[in-house]
This record gives sequence, structure tokens and C-alpha cells, in this order.
Amino acid sequence: MTVIEPILEARNLTTMLRGRAGVVTAVDNVSLSVYPGRTLALVGESGSGKSITCLSMLGLLPSSGKLVAGEVLFKGRDLAKLSQRELEDIRGREIGMILQDAMTSLNPLFTIGYQIEEVFRYHQGIRDRRELRRRAVEVLEKVKIPAAAERLDSYPFQFSGGMRQRVSIAINVALSPDLLICDEPTTALDVTVQLQILRLLGELQRQNNMAVVFVTHDLHMAAQFCDDVAIMYGGRVVESGPIREVFDNPVHPYTVGLLGALPTLENFGRRLVAIPGQQPALSTIPTGCRFAARCPSAMDQCREQYPDWFEWNGGSRRVACWRTEERLHAAMARAPAEVEHE
Amino acid sequence: MLNYLLRRLGQSAVTVLLVTLIIFVIIRLIGDPTHLMLPPEATEADRQLLRVQMGLDRPIVVQYGMYLLDLLRADLGVSYRFSRAALGVVIEALGPTLILTTSALLLAVVIGIPLGVLSAVRRDGPVDQFAKIFAVMGQAAPPFLFSLLYIKLFSIHLGWFPTGGYGRVSNLILPMLALGWYSAAGIMRLTRSSMIEVLDSEYIKLARIKGVPQRAIVYRHALRNALLPVITFTALQFGILMGGAVSVEFVFAWPGVGRLMLDSISNLDYTVVQAAVTIGALLFTTINLIVDVIYAMIDPRIRYA
Ligand SMILES: Nc1ncnc2c1ncn2[C@@H]1O[C@H](COP(=O)(O)OP(=O)(O)OP(=O)(O)O)[C@@H](O)[C@H]1O
Ligand code: SF4
Ligand SMILES: [Mg+2]
Repeated sequence: MTVIEPILEARNLTTMLRGRAGVVTAVDNVSLSVYPGRTLALVGESGSGKSITCLSMLGLLPSSGKLVAGEVLFKGRDLAKLSQRELEDIRGREIGMILQDAMTSLNPLFTIGYQIEEVFRYHQGIRDRRELRRRAVEVLEKVKIPAAAERLDSYPFQFSGGMRQRVSIAINVALSPDLLICDEPTTALDVTVQLQILRLLGELQRQNNMAVVFVTHDLHMAAQFCDDVAIMYGGRVVESGPIREVFDNPVHPYTVGLLGALPTLENFGRRLVAIPGQQPALSTIPTGCRFAARCPSAMDQCREQYPDWFEWNGGSRRVACWRTEERLHAAMARAPAEVEHE
Repeated sequence: MLNYLLRRLGQSAVTVLLVTLIIFVIIRLIGDPTHLMLPPEATEADRQLLRVQMGLDRPIVVQYGMYLLDLLRADLGVSYRFSRAALGVVIEALGPTLILTTSALLLAVVIGIPLGVLSAVRRDGPVDQFAKIFAVMGQAAPPFLFSLLYIKLFSIHLGWFPTGGYGRVSNLILPMLALGWYSAAGIMRLTRSSMIEVLDSEYIKLARIKGVPQRAIVYRHALRNALLPVITFTALQFGILMGGAVSVEFVFAWPGVGRLMLDSISNLDYTVVQAAVTIGALLFTTINLIVDVIYAMIDPRIRYA
């Protein structure tokens, strides 16, 4: 395997949020690696911290949030240390992010054209109106909006959800970024539109060898469109690795549970049914393993101490569970595999 | 857009009709003006004669119909107290009132909006703390009480401003402050909360993702959206200021419509009261129409609806 350097490497991100239940740690020691041309699925149930993780990386946390520790290495620079001004320069040009709710992510008071042109205006200093329009049309064509030139003067409320999401993609890929974060970009859309949007994203990714982070709680979608996966639970990443390996041989009991609950062909398309019990509220997060209350293999140690990372395959597989080694040995006894200790 | 305007114009006409009808009925319930218009020794027959002359003996519906017909010819009757057209009397007093309310509203907007924006952008910062105190103080008491307080402090104790009167800028300062601070506090608070809500919206997030600089985020993307409710609120404030002006004009001996109304009501000079209310209603609906146009210019969802 050739060594490809990750374009984005988040290390030990920790984000605190001030909410109604006081200050909580919404993202706890999260590390992620994203590679050029590859798609990382960020999977986890609602409230597990996927969105806050993404926003932390881009310096876009709400005023109630703060990234208190960690590094966000993007092309060798730590985004967490950059000034607002420097981040503005990188966002929109080198990194894009598509938001979950297509209906509300465009400014209702400005034309579609203006909102696209802003990218060129602020990043390339283009002021000539005709030139701006020409570029906006180009980008709209890139995301396959028909009769693009006539659409520039429309307002968001005149567009359907799918069209708005295309506009938002257009805005984000206008300057061919190296990294695109997609925070559940299709959940608000109906199924046929979902597929169109996913295909479009895949196409754009291949054109520019873009690295993509794809946030979802749809495991089928993840398996179909992503290369790597990081599973989040209660603000932590509990397991990560190449998606085929993880889905074929899940190790963390939470992943095992998720995949056990994965819809089969009969109920394809339905959301995953959760494992018995509930994700703990952030304000009552246990000291030990977050999953202990629902885990069938929990031991005393699990409740006392958060599990260390267990890594193998040169660190490409990582699991945070005290019983990983045990489990791997059992698996090896059944079918010998290349398990090595780190 | 044209449809929208025509619809709003129709609604305005209905509003004016309703307001005038209500005041018309109320005035006739308050009392019989002939008691005050004629000397106490006048006989009932004298009074009846006057009523017939003034048309007050006819059914109220007929009276209202005649009033409307006259209104179309801009004839609002004659004030018995001043012995000249009620409209002229009202318009004379309208000048000072408009100067007072407009300057108070201008003050409120010029202070309220920037203060609201700054305190929303730097929440819990020094400006925000100041704004909180500013709002609490402004809304602590009605303008009437502030008027008395200001006179005591700035006129009697410090001697900086005259206690009342009309004609010079120094006469305007205290009543303008007494009237404007209250609205400034309201406008500030609404701007702040509206701005905070907008700044947390998804479209502001997308604008930040695009790399739009902070200044453009605040003053272009956020402010425009945040101002929509503030515009409506400010137009409402104009009506509230007109009401508040009555007591402030009274305290500062300001020769405006407020004082004229108080005097006219106590003297049952009903043509003047009617004229003042009619002009007030027309003024208020005109302002609302202007606001609607501004609103439509800002918000495409209304313009194209
Ligand atoms: N603005 C905020 N202020 C306070 N707490 C927040 C805020 N936004 C999110 N949270 C909390 O942070 C935690 C993580 O939220 P996050 O939005 O990252 O979850 P998620 O994994 O993206 O979930 P979903 O799948 O529902 O989008 C949740 O407990 C949520 O309640
Ligand atoms: S650490 Fe313990 S409780 Fe947590 S997943 Fe592993 S076995 Fe279960
Ligand atoms: Mg989310």
C-alpha cells in the first residue's frame, strides 16, 4: 500500500458547549484522518457530536461553544491556531461544507446569483458584474441546474429543496476545494433527489480528487459511498478504519450492535433501529466507557476508566474498548488473520 | 407588488373608516356640546335650536354619513372654541407634535439599532452590559414620569434646559429624550434578539463557510434579515409615541396635538377632536403603507407573492 498523507488530520479535538444543562463536553478527544480522493463516513446516532465535530474543525462553533483542546492539521497547518481572518481565507476556497438543512441554508433576501458570486468576489477579488455572472452560470451548470443563466436572479424561496441543495453544493465547489464536509446533505430531501445529489457529489469528488467527510446515520449509504468510517458515540469516536473492514469485522460492541440492527433487504431504506437503551445525556456522561450501560460485555473496569485506543493494521484500525484484544484473539482462533499488537 | 400595494391600500382605507366611526360614536356619548357652547342661562329651546343648526338632532348614522361626505371635500367642520376650520386648528398643532415625535423616533432608531447590533455581535461584552442598563432604565417608567424627573434635574437643579416652551432647540431636548428613550430601549432589545437569532441561522453558517468576511456577515447578511421585525416594530412605535406625546406635551407646555386634544375634550369641542383623530389615523396608515413598501423592497418573498 502506498503511503498517502491525510489532507486533514484532527487530533484529540475536545469541544465544550454551554447549554441549558450547564457546560458539557460535546466532542471528547476525537481524532480523524481524511485522505485526498477518499470519503470518510462519520457515523453515529443523533446527538453523538458529528456536527459539532465538523464545526469545531472549521472554527464555526456557535457562540456557546469552544474548542478547548486539539489540533486540526490541514495541509500541515493547524486550523485551530489560525486567526478568524486566515480561516475566512481558507473556508470557501480550500474547504467547503454542505449543511443538513437545504431549506434554510441560503439567505432568503439575496438572489441565488449573488450568493454564488460572493465566493468569487471575496476570494478572487472579482468586481466586474458580467464576469461574476459568467462564473456563477458556470458553477450552476457544474451542479446540473437547467437553464442556469435564467436562474441567477431567482430567490431561494422560488427553489425546491433539491435545487437549493444543488446551489449550496455549487457555492461550496465553485473554487474546487481540496476538502468537502457534507453534514447529512440529503436527510431533508426525498429519496430520488437524495440519489441524484449523492451521484453529483461523487462526480465532483472524482473531478478534483477531493477529500470528503460524509456525516450520516444511514449505514447503507455509508457502505455504498464511503471508503473509511469513524463511528461516534456520546461525543467520542469508538471505532474507525476502512469501511469494508469495519463493516465486515466490527469489533466495538456498539458497532456490532449498529450493524446487527442494520436493515436487511426486506426493510431496506429504513433508518437503523437502535440498540436497547439510550445514549447517555451529555450532562450525565459516565466516567468510564460511554457505552457501558448498554454494552452486553461490560465489566467493572469499563465503568471506572475510559478505554485506551487499541490499534492494529498499522494504526488504520482503531477501537476504544477494553475487551478488543480478547475479541480479536477469539476471532483469530476462528479464522487466522493478520492481527498484530501495537 | 402592485397587487400587494392595492390590497394594503384597501386595508388602510378600512382602518381609517373604523377609527373615525369609533371616535365619532364615543364623542357623542361623552356629552352634549351645546351645554358648553351656550351660556348657562340659555333655555332648552335655545339649545335645541343650536342642535338643529349643527345637525346634532339627526340620527347618528346620518351624521356620520355627512361627516364622511365632508371629509372627502377636506371639510372637517368648524371649531366653536376657535371659530375657524377645525382642520386648520389641528394642522397648526400637528407641526410641533411631528417635530417632537419624529425627532424622538429618530433618536430611538439612531441609538437603538446600532446598540442592538453591537451588543448582539459582542454578547456579554462591555457594550452589551451598557445596553442592558440602557434598556432597563429606558423602560423603567413611562415618559410622563421621566418628563417630571428631567425638569427637576436638568431644568430646576442644573438649569441646563428650560422647563418648557417651544421654538428653540433647547426646548426640544428634554421632551425628545423623555419620549425617545423608551422607544430606543424597545428597538435596541428587539434588534439585539433578532440579530442573535439570525446570527445563529444556517444561512449565516453557510456564509461563514463561504469565507465571507465578518463585516459583510454582520452588516450585509445578518442585519438585513434582522431588521425585518424591527421595521414593523418601529412603525408601531410611531403610534405609541403619538400617544406618549400627549402627556409629555402637557408637562413641557409643548403646543402640539396632544395638548390640543386634552383641551378640546374637556371643552367638548368635538369637531376638533374628530379632526385630530381623523388626521392621526390618516397619518398612521400612511406611515404603515410606507413601511410596507420598504418591507417589500427588502424581502423578495413579499415582493413576488
Ligand atoms: N448550539 C448548541 N448549544 C448547546 N448544545 C448544543 C448545540 N448544538 C448541539 N448541541 C448539543 O451537542 C451535542 C452534539 O450535537 P451534534 O449536533 O453534534 O449531534 P449530531 O451527531 O450532529 O446529531 P444529529 O444526527 O441529530 O445531527 C448534542 O447533545 C446537542 O444537544
Ligand atoms: S469498554 Fe467495556 S463497556 Fe465499553 S464497549 Fe468495551 S466492553 Fe463494552
Ligand atoms: Mg448533526
